[in-house]
Order: sequence, then C-alpha cells, then structure tokens
Amino acid sequence: MSNYPKPDGPTLRAIYEKAARIQFNDERVIKEIKAGKLVMPFYSTRGQEIIPAAISVSLTDDDYVNTIYRGGHDQIAKGFPLADYWAEIAGRVTGACKGKGGPMHLTYPAKGIMVTTGIVGSTAPIANGLAWAAKLEGKGRVTIANFGDGAANIGAVHEAMEGIRVDGNDPDEMYGVARWAIDRARAGEGPTFIEATTFRFNGHLIGEAGGYMDKELYAASQTRDPMPILRRRLVEEGIVAAGELDALDASIRAEIDAAVRTAYAADYPDPSELKVDVLVDAIA
Amino acid sequence: MTDPVKMTMIDAINRALHDAMEENGRILLLGEDVADPEDGGVFGATRGLSTRFGEDRVKSTPISEQAIVGAAIGASLVGYRPVAEVMLMNFMTVAMDMLVNHAAKLRFMSGGQTSVPITVRTMTGSGLSLGGQHSDFVEAWFAHTAGMKVVIPSSANDAYGLLRSAIDDEDPVIFVETLPIYWAQGDVSFERIPIGRARVCREGSDLTIIAYGQMVPHSLTVAAELAKQGKSVEVVDLRTVSPWDRDTVLASVAKTGRALIVHEAVKEYGVGAEIASVIGEALFGQLKAPIQRLGGAYCPVPFSKPLEQAFAPNADSIGAAATALLS
Ligand SMILES: Cc1ncc(C[n+]2csc(CCOP(=O)(O)OP(=O)(O)O)c2C)c(N)n1
Ligand SMILES: [Mg+2]
Repeated sequence: MSNYPKPDGPTLRAIYEKAARIQFNDERVIKEIKAGKLVMPFYSTRGQEIIPAAISVSLTDDDYVNTIYRGGHDQIAKGFPLADYWAEIAGRVTGACKGKGGPMHLTYPAKGIMVTTGIVGSTAPIANGLAWAAKLEGKGRVTIANFGDGAANIGAVHEAMEGIRVDGNDPDEMYGVARWAIDRARAGEGPTFIEATTFRFNGHLIGEAGGYMDKELYAASQTRDPMPILRRRLVEEGIVAAGELDALDASIRAEIDAAVRTAYAADYPDPSELKVDVLVDAIA
Repeated sequence: MTDPVKMTMIDAINRALHDAMEENGRILLLGEDVADPEDGGVFGATRGLSTRFGEDRVKSTPISEQAIVGAAIGASLVGYRPVAEVMLMNFMTVAMDMLVNHAAKLRFMSGGQTSVPITVRTMTGSGLSLGGQHSDFVEAWFAHTAGMKVVIPSSANDAYGLLRSAIDDEDPVIFVETLPIYWAQGDVSFERIPIGRARVCREGSDLTIIAYGQMVPHSLTVAAELAKQGKSVEVVDLRTVSPWDRDTVLASVAKTGRALIVHEAVKEYGVGAEIASVIGEALFGQLKAPIQRLGGAYCPVPFSKPLEQAFAPNADSIGAAATALLS
C-alpha cells in the first residue's frame, strides 16, 4: 500500500467528521425506531463508516454516487443534508423525495446522490451510464457504485475492472486506494474495483435476530470498532485536541437533533401526491 | 382425512412443502437463505426442511434470481420438481428472462418434448412501509405470458391446498404469497385444492365481488356490513388468476347482474380488465349496472404511511364501490 497517497492531518480530521456524522445518525435512527417513532426497514451501516468517509473526502458535489438500501453511510458522506434525510425517512412531504421513496430510495442529485436502490446488483449497471455521460461531458466527474459482497453474484456487476482489496476500516489504506482510483478515473484512465473489507455490526436489518452472524467474528469485530480507534489516533498524533473533538461530536449531534425535530413537525404528503411524479405531467 | 388444524398461512406453506417432499423424493427446494443454517427463509417459510430432507434437496443459493429460476428449470427438465423461492415479487424482474423466455415457453418451443413443472413461490404486498421496490403485485405480467399458471391464495387453507396442487402441476406455476396476511390464522384441512377453480366464499343475490389474495377478506368484511343494510353480496375468490374460472364467475354475475372486481395490483391493464371484458362479452344485456374495477393507484407503491394507505383498495373503498353499484 506504500505507493498510494497518504492522508494528511486535516484529511484525517475530515474523514473523522464524516464518519462520526454517519455513526451518530445511524445510532439515532435505531433509537427512533426502537422508540416507535419511525416505522421503516433500516439497514444499519454501523462499523462500515470509514469506507465512504475516506472515499468521499476526495470527491466533489459534482461527482456521482449510486448506493443501496444500506446506503446511509454513502449518502451522508457525500453530503446528503440531514434535514432532507430525516424528513424523508419520516415519510414527510418535506423529505428529499417528498416521502415517496423512503429509507431505501434516498436521492439527492444536488450532491450527486443519483440512485439508491433496493435491488441487489443494480447500482453498477446504472453507474456505467452515469460514467459514460460524465465521460462525454468531459469535465472529469467521477462515479462511485457501492454494493455489498452478496451483489457480486449478479451478472451485470461483473466488469473488466482492475481490482484491489483493502482494509476498509483503515483510513490510510482506504483513503490512499480510493484517492488513487478517483484520480485515475478523473483523468479518464478507467474504472477500478475496490474490495473494501469491513464488518457490519448490526446484522442485516434492525429488528431481526442476526442468528447467522458468527459469534467469534462478531466478538472480534467489536474490539476493532474503527470509530474509537480513529478518534484516539487523532488525539494521540496531535491532529485534533480532545476538547475540540468533543465539541465537534456535540455539534454533529445537535445538527441531527434539529433535523429530527424539524422532520417530525412537518406534514405528511396529501393523497393527491399519488398522481404526481409518476409521469412528467400529473395523472388526470 | 386429518382433522382441520388452526395455523398461519406461513405455517400452512411450510406444511405443504414438508408434506410434498415427504411424499415425493424428487421435489427440491432452492432460494436465498432457504436452508436452516441460513434460518430457513427470511420469514421462516422453509424452516426445518433442510434439516429434515438434507441440503442436497433444500439449497440456499447466492443472491441471483436468474440462477435460482434457471437451476429450477434445468432440474425440472430431467425429472425433478423444484420449488424455487424468489424472496419478493419485485425480484422476479431480475429473473424475467428465465421465467418468460424459458419456463413459460420450453414446452411449446420443443413441440412438447420438454416441460417445466416448477413452482416459483414469491411474497409481496403493500402496507409494510417497504416502498417502491419491495411491494408490487405484478401477476398480470405472468397471466399475460402464455405457458404459465398464476395462483394467489387468500387463506391458510388455500395456501396449503393450492401449493400442493401447484407442486403436482405439470406446468410452471407462479405462487404469490401476500405478506400482510401471512400471519393470519385459519383452519387448514390438508387437502389439495384444484388450480383453475374459483370458490364462492359467500353467497348473495345483488352483486358479485370478484377478488383474490388479501382483497378476499376485505370483500367478505364488506359483504357482512352490507348484509346488515339488507344488501346481498356474493364474494368469489378467484384463487387462480390464470387460468381463471370463467364458469364460476359468469354463473355468479348472471345471477346477480352486477360485478365488482378487486385486486391490489395497479388497476390499469390489470387482471380486472380481462375479467371485466369477458363478463361484458358473455353477459351483455343481462347486466344491471356497468362492471366496476378497483385496483392500486397508478403509481409506484409509496413509502409515506398516508400515501401507502391510499394506494391499495381496502374495506372502505370496496364498501363505497359496492354501495355505489347497488344504488
Ligand atoms: C435482486 C434482489 N434479490 C434479493 C434481495 C433481498 N436482499 C436484500 S439485501 C440482501 C443481501 C445483500 O447482501 P450484500 O450485497 O452483501 O449487501 P449487504 O446488505 O450485506 O450490505 C438481499 C438478498 C434484493 N433486495 N434484491
Ligand atoms: Mg454483505
């Protein structure tokens, strides 16, 4: 991994900030579900935060991202505004998708968040089209297609792409390889397949037992939670003072809190919305 | 004959699979997470079966619906009777080539030399806040494809009886399980129910409601309500969407003179259009009112609760349509 770019202090801090926003948001969603305030399927990304955080510090709003039902980390890393996010998962008309899409289809084109799919295997084929369009346009936009290991079984995912395996929980490795691949893509030198290994802490779906998880692997993963590890490192290496990190965490939590409150205060969509957005003109 | 036993639809399906596999060693099961090491299915419909019959006959597969249906087709061509599970009906779209170009057509295209006696079980239904890619009813697509049968049970007993017949059937059968009634209890008598025959589940003289799946319990609620107002409503449960039981439906509508067809699938171009057309062709002149249809709104299933509740027909909207037809 020594040939890849290395993150400097401010970059590591930026990775932490994105990852913390992802983590706190995920925890808050679970809390709201358990309190009965949200009724929705939720596919937690706890444990996987570093991957999109370390990718997206090298992206701009103009770059595209496609993700899956388990996409909160990719969306938030890419800048999905929390107010629009929360109003959507609460099914409110003020949501990013007017409440019509819900947690599995969060979309925010202004930040390049183009498709969130509930269909395993469907991000990559569509990403190909986004990348093709970006290439024709010639402005160096990069397209990221996220998917899980299970999606690799879908035929359309198989592409002649250069593949690299990295420890997705290691911000240096993840940043370095992603940065290298993104620079390569921006220069028009082609796609890269990055296999980032990680561990999904909360099983598949919040509310199910997760009996399929290997108990030893799970226990080991808990001792390697990438979030406290990165946090500690930032302090130990003198990149960010402990007090400053506490303030950062607090401000992220306040931001989430405000988004939740604003979402719950908003209206639900009117049933007439069933006729709008189906086709370009409203259905008569 | 065994005494009826109270159980949920999901348990009835599990029993049907179990009894079929017990009787016939050539029945195989495959699908995502169907074996016991993977919990016996997302909702446990196949729980216990791999333990009982072995993982040679009950196989968990990779996430590839094309591979699942393809493998079922292949094994069926050479004497096996696979029951494939496609977790949700929306994921059938990923296997459309296998279903439409292969399962439905191999018998015809081979001049009858080969056939595809598979059952494809799949689950769906709005009302669970799952949004646009996890809730659709697309039975009309399969009913429109010559060469396959489509079955949608409305109760635990029908699920058992129809699934047994689907597995016995010599043709591909799409077996659609409605999630919101998966856990509803009913008496199951463990007898096969023939494919292609509807059931008059309540007799009446003023109006026929033709429904299937979850719309049957909704229609029965409406019929009971209207009976209190002196209106006599007959409810026909189609049970099989294709080939559907014209005789039973036409006999009922000939008697009542009024027809209301209800399904959860989007109304436009839905199964109801075909049924309405056949009733019109056969009974024009005997009808006391125009045939009415109710179906899902013409839009993807929405996430937001109030929108989702307004999407599909329910007892309120069926009741309103029935009352309008009777007045
Ligand atoms: C085509 C299709 N088949 C099945 C499913 C049901 N399903 C939802 S998530 C999932 C597991 C996907 O695993 P993976 O790609 O590794 O992503 P992860 O959820 O582990 O992040 C399955 C089978 C689906 N959504 N789409
Ligand atoms: Mg996975």
